[in-house]
Amino acid sequence: MSAADTTTAKMPPPRQSPPPGGGSGSPQGPRRKRTGGAATPWALLAPCLLILVLVLGYPMIRLVTLSFQKFGQAQLWGFQDPESVGFDNFSAILGDSQFWQVVVRTIIFAAGSVIFTMVVGMLIALLQQRVSGWVKTLINIALVASWGMPIIVATTVFKWLFDSDYGIFNALLSKLPGVDMVGHNWFASGPQGLAVIMLLVVWGAVPFVVITLSAGLTQVPKEMEEAARLDGAGAWGVFRFVTLPILKPIIVMLTTLSVIWDMGVFPQVFVMRNGHPEDEFQLLTTYSYDRAFQVNDYAQGSAIALITVILLLGVVAVYMRQMLKIGEVE
Amino acid sequence: MITADSGRRKSKLGWNVIGLLVFLVAGFPVYWMVNTAFKPAKDAIDPDPSLFPTGFTLDNFKRALDIADFWGPVGRSLIVSLVVVVIGIIVGMLAALAISRFAFRGRKIVIVGILAVQMVPLVAMIIPVFLLLNDLDQYDKLSGLIITYLTFILPFTVWTLRGFIVNIPKELEEAAQVDGCTRTGAFVRVVFPLLAPGMVATSVYAFIQAWNEYLYALMLMSQKHMTATVWLGNFTTKHGTEYAPMMAGSTMMAVPIVVLFLFVQRKMAAGLTAGAVKG
Repeated sequence: MSAADTTTAKMPPPRQSPPPGGGSGSPQGPRRKRTGGAATPWALLAPCLLILVLVLGYPMIRLVTLSFQKFGQAQLWGFQDPESVGFDNFSAILGDSQFWQVVVRTIIFAAGSVIFTMVVGMLIALLQQRVSGWVKTLINIALVASWGMPIIVATTVFKWLFDSDYGIFNALLSKLPGVDMVGHNWFASGPQGLAVIMLLVVWGAVPFVVITLSAGLTQVPKEMEEAARLDGAGAWGVFRFVTLPILKPIIVMLTTLSVIWDMGVFPQVFVMRNGHPEDEFQLLTTYSYDRAFQVNDYAQGSAIALITVILLLGVVAVYMRQMLKIGEVE
Repeated sequence: MITADSGRRKSKLGWNVIGLLVFLVAGFPVYWMVNTAFKPAKDAIDPDPSLFPTGFTLDNFKRALDIADFWGPVGRSLIVSLVVVVIGIIVGMLAALAISRFAFRGRKIVIVGILAVQMVPLVAMIIPVFLLLNDLDQYDKLSGLIITYLTFILPFTVWTLRGFIVNIPKELEEAAQVDGCTRTGAFVRVVFPLLAPGMVATSVYAFIQAWNEYLYALMLMSQKHMTATVWLGNFTTKHGTEYAPMMAGSTMMAVPIVVLFLFVQRKMAAGLTAGAVKG
């Protein structure tokens, strides 16, 4: 309703009421767009919606129903019918202290990754404006290479960089005076191992942030910066009061996207731990996977996945508002 | 004037040094992958590795190709990705047209729906998708993998193509219509040519996403029908990891993708952020 109103209102006025008898077929086109064309957009959307409903809508409903059922191996092979168990799965999960540790760990991990990604990304984007052209090109090459790197490849490479015996990272650290990291196993402890994984996530995520922010920075009017500087603002002042407000929509978008992606980190942990993350490495995603496919409790796994989705909803709401605003500007 | 200029140059030198550091740190993992890939295997497992290339060999690549069938998984990945892209682009473009060029009741709901879909983490869906494919007898089949990939490729193509279409002024289309084109004619003759570069970029990007997907490929395909990303896991066995061939395998996986990516990345950044700045 309101979408139709706003879009119609934004059409250039002359087009809405073309002078009668202008061109032969002209009055029809715009008018059809405005009023009678309701069938056309739905026809265009039909294939897309059909596919999404079939391959996404159904599983989504199944995810919800599953989490209220008892569904293990017997039900998977059809020996037993799944029976409804109400909130049993949820109360079992919420009463499990390990689950809460996983939740806290996931939130810390995601928050850390997002903050690092955004801060480092912003610093590099600002740096890009100050370096010479050839340095900029070099940085861009490195960024694009790391951005385009498949996650699995990147994870494999980081595993190699941080290998306890032959990893270059330990060797380089040990070159520092007073540091002996030879043979140090980064994955012996959860926090250290997750720090390495966070580094991997940030390394992979920064390029998108830098390139998007750089595109945004070119939109900041030079005159405004100039004016702020004349008014006595320092570099920080210009950034805080001119650059940041203009970039705000991009920053909101990037941050929410990062939260969504970093809450969903899976292959990085899974592959880094050879498919069997230890208790100290479990994040909500791997924990749900573990419950479903290792313990063969698909219902509990689904319940955990559902809780993850609900946790994300808050963030998504912010993102949606932003995207809708964008959708309306058209 | 001269002093100000030299001062500026000096400060630029400082920024350049920091910039070079960023380049080194960001590029190092890639460098180390390639460096290890071409190193003699003996030098790769040196507790005190040399930072610079120590000889050149292709043995690691030979070993990587020997460890498990390489071309089978690559072929499967290629089929899956190409089919997904073709369906995703055609279906996605129709939908993008609808939400960017038509005002209709329910438009907002459709936009929210498509965006919401993008937000659902793949991992959350893996259990029901696994059960669904199991029921439909599509488990361990390329067609099953293709339909599941559409769940994340379609929302992406719709939203990105929308970004590209929005950047083409409506007035061009309307001018063509004034000149006697039909709505469809105006689209085919005016919008489509302008949209082509955006479509190529979107296709390439979608291809890369499908090619890189790991979780569904791992869960929905048996070892016999694995795809390229899962193939990389073959280097880790109970007896340890063969790192030098693994880096050779990683290089083979990464280089074509990174090169493809290089061509479209500039265009993609523009498409992905279209409107974000204006908003």
